Amino acid sequence: MATATTVQPVERENYLNKEHGLGSWLLTTDHKRIALLYLISITFFFFIGGLFALLIRLELLTPAGDLVGADTYNKLFTMHGQVMVFFFLIPSIPAVLGNFLVPMMIGAKDLAFPRINLLSWYIYIIAGVMMLHCIATGGVDTGWTFYTPFSTAFSNSKVIEAGLAIFVAGFSSILTGLNFIVTIHRMRAPGMTWTRLPLFIWAHYATSIIQVLGTPVVAITLVLVVAERALHLGIFDPKLGGDPLLFQHLFWFYSHPAVYIMILPSMGVVTEVIACFSRKRIFGYSFVALSSIAIAVFGFLVWAHHMFVAGISVYAALVFSILSYAVAVPSAVKVFNWTATLFKGSIHYDAPMLYAFGFLGLFTMGGLTGLFLSSLGVDMHVHDTYFVIAHFHYIMVGGALMGYLGGLHFWWPKISGKLYPEGWARLAALIVFLGFNLTFFPQFILGYLGMPRRYYEYPPEFQVLNVLSTAGATVLGVGYLLPMIYFLWSMRYGKPAPDNPWQAAGLEWQTQSPPTTFNFEEEPVVTWEAYNYDEIDAGHKQEEVKVVG
Amino acid sequence: MPDTSKRRSKLSDSQAAVSPHEGLHNPGLLHHFATEEQQKDASNLGMWIFLATEVMFFGGLFCAYLIYRGWYFGDFAAASKSIDAALGGTNTAVLICSSLTVVLAIWAAQTSRRALLILMLVLTMLFGLAFLGIKGIEYRDKFVEHHVPGSSFNFEHEEVPGHPGQYANPRHAQIFFALYFVMTGLHALHMIVGLGIFSWLLYKAWKGAFTPRYHTPLEIGGLYWHFVDIVWIYLFPLLYLIDRHP
Repeated sequence: MATATTVQPVERENYLNKEHGLGSWLLTTDHKRIALLYLISITFFFFIGGLFALLIRLELLTPAGDLVGADTYNKLFTMHGQVMVFFFLIPSIPAVLGNFLVPMMIGAKDLAFPRINLLSWYIYIIAGVMMLHCIATGGVDTGWTFYTPFSTAFSNSKVIEAGLAIFVAGFSSILTGLNFIVTIHRMRAPGMTWTRLPLFIWAHYATSIIQVLGTPVVAITLVLVVAERALHLGIFDPKLGGDPLLFQHLFWFYSHPAVYIMILPSMGVVTEVIACFSRKRIFGYSFVALSSIAIAVFGFLVWAHHMFVAGISVYAALVFSILSYAVAVPSAVKVFNWTATLFKGSIHYDAPMLYAFGFLGLFTMGGLTGLFLSSLGVDMHVHDTYFVIAHFHYIMVGGALMGYLGGLHFWWPKISGKLYPEGWARLAALIVFLGFNLTFFPQFILGYLGMPRRYYEYPPEFQVLNVLSTAGATVLGVGYLLPMIYFLWSMRYGKPAPDNPWQAAGLEWQTQSPPTTFNFEEEPVVTWEAYNYDEIDAGHKQEEVKVVG
Repeated sequence: MPDTSKRRSKLSDSQAAVSPHEGLHNPGLLHHFATEEQQKDASNLGMWIFLATEVMFFGGLFCAYLIYRGWYFGDFAAASKSIDAALGGTNTAVLICSSLTVVLAIWAAQTSRRALLILMLVLTMLFGLAFLGIKGIEYRDKFVEHHVPGSSFNFEHEEVPGHPGQYANPRHAQIFFALYFVMTGLHALHMIVGLGIFSWLLYKAWKGAFTPRYHTPLEIGGLYWHFVDIVWIYLFPLLYLIDRHP
C-alpha cells in the first residue's frame, strides 16, 4: 500500500481540500461551499417531505381511513406541501446549482455579496429549525395554502409557528435572488455580454426577479395571518367585515409565480444539458432567453386562476383565464426550441440527458393539463380534485425535480471532482421516470372521475387507481434513493473527474474539477458565443483564456 | 503540487489579481471585485433591489388598505379622525429634516468634513428617536381610548365625518386600526433597524473610515433611510387625512 500511495498524484488544491474543519464550512463565504451546505440541508428536508408523502400514499392504499385519522391526514398533506415547496423546491436549483454555477458561468470569483450568501443559508437553517419545531410539536393542518378564515379562526394546529417559519424562509430566498441579480449585472467577465450568457443564467435572472418581487408579498400576507390569528384583527375574517378572498389574492400573487421559481431554473438546466448532449447550438437563443423573462412577467398576472370557484367576478375570471393561456406561449417557445435543437443533433444518452428527456415529456404534459385548468368550464369540474394534484406534480416533480437531478448529474464531476457510475445513473433516471408516471398518471384519471383532494378516505371504486399510484410512489422512492447512495459512494470511490468530462461549452468547464476557491486561475476573457459546440467538435482549438491587463 | 503562489504573483500587476493578501489599492476592496467602481456599483444596485423588495412588502399592506378604504370609507374616515394629525404632521416634518441631514452627511464625507459628518449622523439619529417618541405618544393615546383592536376595542357612537347622526361601524373601524397598527408598526420597526444601521455608520465615521473616495456604506444606508421616510410620506395622508374637514 505504501508504494501505491507514492505513485498516486497529489490532489490539486481546490475549494474542497483548501481548508478543513467544521468552522471552515460554517463560516465560509465561498459560493461553492455554501452551495454544498444548501445541498445537504435541502436533501434533508426533501426526505422529511418525502416521508410525509409516503405516509399519505400508504393511507390511500385502502378506501377506508385506517392508517391515520382525519386530523393526522390533514397535517400530513399540509406539511408535505409546506416542506416540499418552501424548504426543498424553491431553494433547490437556485441555492444549490445556481449558487455553485452562476459565478463560474459568468467568469466571476464569487457572487457579489458572499457574506449575504452565507447569511441566506443561516436564515434558511433558522427557518428550517422553526419548521421542524412546528412539526415536532404537533404540526399544522390548514393545507399548505393557509386559507383564511380556517387558518386564522378555526384551526387547532400550529398555524403561527408554521407561518413564521415560512416568513423567515422567504428572506433566505429574497437574498439569494438579490445576490444573483446584482452578480449577473455587475460581475460578468470581460467579453461576457448579455447575448453570450448561458441560458442557465437567463433562467436564474428571471427566477431572481420573481423571488425579489413576489416573496415579500407572501411575507406580509403571513404577517397578517399570524397577527389576525393572535389578535383577531378582522382583516381576513368575514364575521368582522374582513375578506378571505383578499387573503387568496395576496397569497397566490406570490404562490403562483413561486411555481415559476421552481420551473425556470430547471428549464435553464435542461437547456444546458440538451445543447451539450446533442452537440448543437441552442435553436433560437434569444427566444429562449427572453421567454424566461416573459414567463416571469406573465407569471405575475395569472394568480387568480386558483380562485375561479372562490367567488371572483366572471369578468375577472375571464381575464385571468386568457392570461393563463398566454403564459403557455413562452413555455411552448422553450419546448419547441429544445426540440428543434435536438433535430439532427448527434444525441448522447447519458444520464443528464435522460433526465432532460424526462423533463421534456413530463413538463409538456403538466403544461398542457394546466391549459385544461385555466379554461373556466373544465376547471369547475376538476377544481380541488386529484386532476389538479397530478397537474402540478407533473410540473413541480416531473419538471422541476427532474431538472434538478439532471443538473446534479451533469455538474457532479465539477462539484465533487469525481465521476458518478454512469450505468447506475441511467438506471435511476429510468426508475424515476417510470415511478413518477405510475404515481401521478392515475391521479389525472382519479381527478377526472371526481376524487377530491385532501380526503383520507374514498369510495371503493377508486381503489385500483390509488393502489397503482402508491405502488408508483414506492418505485419513485427507490429512484430517489439510488442517486443519493451512488453520489455519496462516488465521493469516496468514484474515478477522478477530468476538467471537462462532457466536452461541454461554458466557462465552468474550463477550470479544474473541483475548482479552486476563486474559480479561475486567471480572469477569463470571453470571445465566443454560448454553445459553440460546432466549433468545439470541429476540433478548432477554442481560444485560450486570456489575462486581463 | 502546482505552485499557486507563483501563479498569483504573475498576476499581481493585473487589475483582476487583487487577492486579500495583496490589497495594494484599497483595503476596502473585497477580493472578488476587480475595481472599486465595480464594488460600489454592486452595493448600490443591491440596495436598490432590496428597496424594490420593500416596496412589494409594504405594497401588500397598501393594497389591503385601499380595498377596505373603498368599501368602508365612512368608517375609515371616522377612525382616521380619532388619530392626532398634529402629531402625525410633526412626525412628517421630523422625518423630512432627517432626510436632509442624511444628504448633508454624505456631502460631508465627500468633502472630507469629518466633524460635520459625525454631527449630521448624530442629528439623523436624534430625529429618528424623536419620531419614535412621538409615535409612542400616539400609540399610548390609542391604548387609553380603547382603539387597539382586540377584546377591549371600543368605537361606539363615533360620527362619520360629513354625515351628522350616522355612526361608524365599530368592526370596520377596527379593520382601520388593525391596518394602522400593522403599517405604522412595521414602519417603526424599519426606523429601529435604520437607527441600528446609523449607529454602525456613526462608529465607522468616528473611526475615520469614510473618505471622499470610499463612502459607499453611507450612500446605501442613506438610500434605506430615505426609503423609510418615503413610506411615511405615503402613510401620513392615507392614515391621518381621510376626509378631514376643518
